[in-house]
Amino acid sequence: MNIVVPVKLVPDLVEDLEIDESGITLDTSWLRLILNEVDEHALEQALLLKEAHGGTASVISLDGEGVDDVLFSSAAKGVDHLIKLTGLEFGDDLNNHAVARLYGAIVERLEPELVLIGVQAHNDLDGSLGPLLAEYVGMPYVGYVSGITVTDGKCRVLKEYPGGLIAEMDVVLPAVLGVQAAEAPPRYVAISRIRQAMKTVSLDEQAAADPDSGGGPTIDSMFKPETGERATMIAGDEEEVAAKIVDLLGELGKV
Amino acid sequence: MTTSTVDTPEDFEFNDAFRLSLEEVEQGRRIRACLQCAACSGICPFGFLMDFPPHKMISAMRAGMFERVMGMDSLWLCVSCYACAQVCPAQIPLTEGLMTRAKEEMVLAGNIPVELQDALENSQRYGNALGEPPRRRADWAAGLEPAVPILGKIKRSVDVLWFVGDYASFHPRGRQASQALATVLNRLGVDYGILGPEENSDGDSQRLAGERGLFEMLAEKNGRVFEKYEFQEILTTDPHAFNALKNEYPALGISYPVRHYSQFLATHLEQLQTMLGGAISARVAFHDPCYLGRANGIYDEPRQLLAAVPGLELVEMLHTRETSICCGGGGGGMWLDGFRWEKARFRLSEVRVQEALAVGADILAVTCPYEMPRFEDAAKTVEGAEHLVVKDIAELLADALVEAEVSS
Ligand code: SF4
Ligand code: SF4
Repeated sequence: MNIVVPVKLVPDLVEDLEIDESGITLDTSWLRLILNEVDEHALEQALLLKEAHGGTASVISLDGEGVDDVLFSSAAKGVDHLIKLTGLEFGDDLNNHAVARLYGAIVERLEPELVLIGVQAHNDLDGSLGPLLAEYVGMPYVGYVSGITVTDGKCRVLKEYPGGLIAEMDVVLPAVLGVQAAEAPPRYVAISRIRQAMKTVSLDEQAAADPDSGGGPTIDSMFKPETGERATMIAGDEEEVAAKIVDLLGELGKV
Repeated sequence: MTTSTVDTPEDFEFNDAFRLSLEEVEQGRRIRACLQCAACSGICPFGFLMDFPPHKMISAMRAGMFERVMGMDSLWLCVSCYACAQVCPAQIPLTEGLMTRAKEEMVLAGNIPVELQDALENSQRYGNALGEPPRRRADWAAGLEPAVPILGKIKRSVDVLWFVGDYASFHPRGRQASQALATVLNRLGVDYGILGPEENSDGDSQRLAGERGLFEMLAEKNGRVFEKYEFQEILTTDPHAFNALKNEYPALGISYPVRHYSQFLATHLEQLQTMLGGAISARVAFHDPCYLGRANGIYDEPRQLLAAVPGLELVEMLHTRETSICCGGGGGGMWLDGFRWEKARFRLSEVRVQEALAVGADILAVTCPYEMPRFEDAAKTVEGAEHLVVKDIAELLADALVEAEVSS
């Protein structure tokens, strides 16, 4: 079974985010990128399927700060083929429509049976990547998947719905699946193994085509969340804040 | 009972490779002299819960069955406390060798608890195990007067490079102790500077949790930063950093004179004594941290500092100096509290707090930034410990200095 995992690097929320002077995008000077959290699950699920059924796993990523580390650590975990699209970078104001078209072209060439992708990312302003990609490559899409069983070329998935409902459905392959959670927590790979991969594995660098952002929204302004009128912000040290909360709960008749 | 299963050739291969790798550790060949007395497993604070405590690990290895040890997760109970190595009559380097090498094999196999995985990934990505933004590493010093010098900013040489470390930079209680130590250094007129955002975790606990590659990566980063600046010696807040810089970094070509702050301040004892005016009338028990005590033989200096505080009465707990009990934070234990609770249903820090109560201590004095949160948490759960105050030695000294200022 040949599986492709297209990944996305997103701004790391551990660092403070600042809005650029233009007012419509993030200031990239302090930005650090990190692999989208659910993409780690898509990657883990791909490795689990590969271990169970054989075949190959490939990862596709756009270029950007930290991408090589992500790719080499995937290799150390067991990914066979590392594809890096060069000439464009995450943070270059590419929306998901553009990234989906770029990844779609590669996916079509690789002809995988399964495309596993993180179901969402915190910076998805124009919808998540998975359904867009599925549309461009003409494959079916199922999102919020938390279990995948493959037998005789057929695929059965568990899809999560709000309220704790789970559906079991059969999917015709090839397909794109938006992974919510892998069947095992993403594995740890020792740094020494990553360092070894850096020495022995090579990246398949491919020049990215001209990006096409068509279909996405236009951003007029970006701003930090404003305090709602009904919210009360309590200032002070821990003791003061605790005392005020107790007072407030008393006033509201809750205690 | 079933009779022996036949091991596959791979098992023997792994077993032999593992055994040979132990002999590469300093004094590692001594493992051949193990007499199976089980003193190691008896003294081990978690030995009674381990499927394979140290002496059984050795017997499994001798039988060519080390693979079985790898199949158990109780190895993660080991807090790298050196108690086993301390009592071993054959002087086998059990903590450095057997336990750490076995954890390394577990990490290489990707067989680690999720909590620990988070801490290792944070260390790799942010240079600190807590997953805090590296740019904020010097925030604890913000607003202090006089300002704490950051080497990248002051652009001059200093006598002392103060390696603050992860928990002393980011943990709320650690930060308070760091502020106290800055006060003491300032009053002594020490010419020092910190690295701020350029500092990375010392990596020692990651190493003892089996992530040798990560340790080397962090050490190399620190080594490159050290090279940028001129200083005479390194001072550490954290005994783990002290241990790494003293005993591990030199093998990676990173070699500087280093002292733990308790050693450093003890050499300024006379000067300190003239400044410590304020009395702290309290019974104080001192907890010997594993990486100052058993690992590096430093027992007297912290006690000298405490004894210098007027009014302070130093008392010794049941387990003291060489027999001190780990706080539970070593060897990755800092990042395995959930795992350990599931297995053991007790905390070593609670044992220690009970010992402090038993000798009537009002204050449990510490000198390792792992210990404050651990003992403070334990004091909340141990009955009768509500009044027990946990303080870093630097805080006690700073308190006595402030008192002196007020009374003079
Ligand atoms: S204490 Fe030393 S000699 Fe005794 S069983 Fe343990 S390792 Fe062997
Ligand atoms: S180092 Fe401490 S916790 Fe680890 S095996 Fe030895 S005695 Fe036990």
